[in-house]
Amino acid sequence: MTGLADHLTVIPILLPLTSAAVMLLLDERRRAVKGGIGMATTVALLITSIVLLRLADMMPPGSGVRTYQLGNWPAPFGIVLVLDRLSALMLVLTSVLGIAALLYSLARWHRMGPRFHTIFQLQLMGLNGAFLTGDLFNLFVFFEVLLAASYGLVLHGDGVARVRAGLAYIAINLTGSFLFLIGASLVYGVTGTLNMADFAARIPTLAPGDASLVAAAAAILGTAFLMKAGAWPLNFWLPTTYAAASAPAAAIFAIMSKLGIYVILRLWTLVFGVEAGPLAGFGGDGLLVIGMLTIVFGTVGVLAAQSLPRLAGCSVLVSSGTLIAAIGTGGGAVIGSALFYLVTSTLGIAAFFLLIELIERMRDPGADVLAVTMEAYGEGDDDPEEVGIAIPATVALLGGSFIACALLLAGLPPLAGFIGKFGMMAAMLKTDGAAVRASAWMLIGLLTVSGLAILIAMTRTGISSFWARLDDSVPRVRVIEMAPVLCLLLLCLGLTVGGGPAMRYMEATTKALQTPQDYVTGVLNAPRVGSSDGEARP
Amino acid sequence: MMAFIFALAVGILTASGVWLLLRPRTFQVIIGLSLLSYAVNLFIFGMGRLRVGAPPVLENTEGVDPALYADPLPQALVLTAIVISFAMTALFLVVLLASRGLTGTDHVDGREDPQ
Repeated sequence: MTGLADHLTVIPILLPLTSAAVMLLLDERRRAVKGGIGMATTVALLITSIVLLRLADMMPPGSGVRTYQLGNWPAPFGIVLVLDRLSALMLVLTSVLGIAALLYSLARWHRMGPRFHTIFQLQLMGLNGAFLTGDLFNLFVFFEVLLAASYGLVLHGDGVARVRAGLAYIAINLTGSFLFLIGASLVYGVTGTLNMADFAARIPTLAPGDASLVAAAAAILGTAFLMKAGAWPLNFWLPTTYAAASAPAAAIFAIMSKLGIYVILRLWTLVFGVEAGPLAGFGGDGLLVIGMLTIVFGTVGVLAAQSLPRLAGCSVLVSSGTLIAAIGTGGGAVIGSALFYLVTSTLGIAAFFLLIELIERMRDPGADVLAVTMEAYGEGDDDPEEVGIAIPATVALLGGSFIACALLLAGLPPLAGFIGKFGMMAAMLKTDGAAVRASAWMLIGLLTVSGLAILIAMTRTGISSFWARLDDSVPRVRVIEMAPVLCLLLLCLGLTVGGGPAMRYMEATTKALQTPQDYVTGVLNAPRVGSSDGEARP
Repeated sequence: MMAFIFALAVGILTASGVWLLLRPRTFQVIIGLSLLSYAVNLFIFGMGRLRVGAPPVLENTEGVDPALYADPLPQALVLTAIVISFAMTALFLVVLLASRGLTGTDHVDGREDPQ
């Protein structure tokens, strides 16, 4: 049993790594070749992750997970990659965003600085690795890979604003990494393991004194992840950085803040499930409060934002806050709908970031930092007069996409943002006869108000951008810039139409998350390759 | 006594690191981050328990009492953490220089305080 199918799990990490290495060897001026390799890799990644998603979905409930033992070392000692429904979902989401951002960048952005394609592939590799790994320290390594790549992407395109934002971004993420290291080593010091499944299995047998140490370690780790997810009060860097980053980079960053959410969801359900004894549900109320405060901060930020990129950055905060609070409520159905919301809001925010640059082009063409960098890196063919085929009815398309983004982020029907939000509210109100908790009412209120605030802010900027234009300049928008935006929005529409199957998948994911013992036994009891016929491979 | 000195060292490094991290000059920030990374590395090392004269590598695996040996894993983790934090510091240093060149100041906000 050593066919290609067994190695499928490691492909999402190896593929971008290889193509990044190959692209480093190519001359910087051969951008077409690099773009082709990057695009081919990303498409292959999408296909692989869809196959993995189907494999994960076909696993019968209770059968655990697909593991891949690196170096064929069994679970608690070697590093394992673990594929389950949640990680497969995140892999697909990453590669979809990757394709959209890369296609968009081929129009212009990949010429704006050196080694864009290599850094982009390494970013994808870090994300995929972090979603797949089942080992705490390995997670740290993949975090560093994706952060190092993201530093490059933040600074891509140069300019004072980017360097200034990048400085704060790097400093805070380095500090976050130190917290991560302290937490991970504390976990090792107390439980003697770094494997997530083994860690979870050891929680019920802890000595009382050690339990408080594990709680401290979990709180430190949680701080590091919440920092990355953009939770208040450690999120002041996020809107500035995302607004300063180039459009394709910001689009891929939309999933990076969701990585923090993913890790919290993964570790929290795994380690502090019902079997954790005195530690069961540790920190749930904290997550709820932090999530709600993040929503408040994001909502105020959305209303106060004076530019579109900043508005988008603050809507990332609202989305993160909603998810953190939803995880904090802990109910199964709430988390299922929250996962649906995670997918739609990530797609929506990414589309919005890509769209913003096109809209800004309409507002004051060539008068921003972009123009400066274009001059610095101008390759002669960047003349705005000949940016390629302009598509007809540009303004109508941009306006339509803008409305779609607004509906998606605010969570209004008919787009998919509505289903996730409505599902969360419905799940919180459905308590089987018991009184609805006050915190649930507060969260429902906050979700409604934040949706309204986003709608107000988007309407305001929409009116000033599309209806109150002083000149009649039609922006030059190329097909390959518009196509990714439309594809992302169509995907959201598809999620509305196919809401039933998608919701079923999310519910199966939630069920798997709520039975962590399947994950634990699946990882720890996975046989070594070749052990069934009695010969261990070297 | 060794544990006390060790903890004191980690504490002093962390305190100085945090203080420098909050200073307004980029060079102070980078030194602060370096000090913090030393503190973290020592902390990871300490999580493998402090032992004197215990080798981390088993010579022959038969009839060996593992309690006589030091835990090798934290040492490996420290090695990884050192490499990563070294690389990140180098990268940060480049951004620091770029910021100094573009904004003409070494203030972390890219502009001087109006005083």
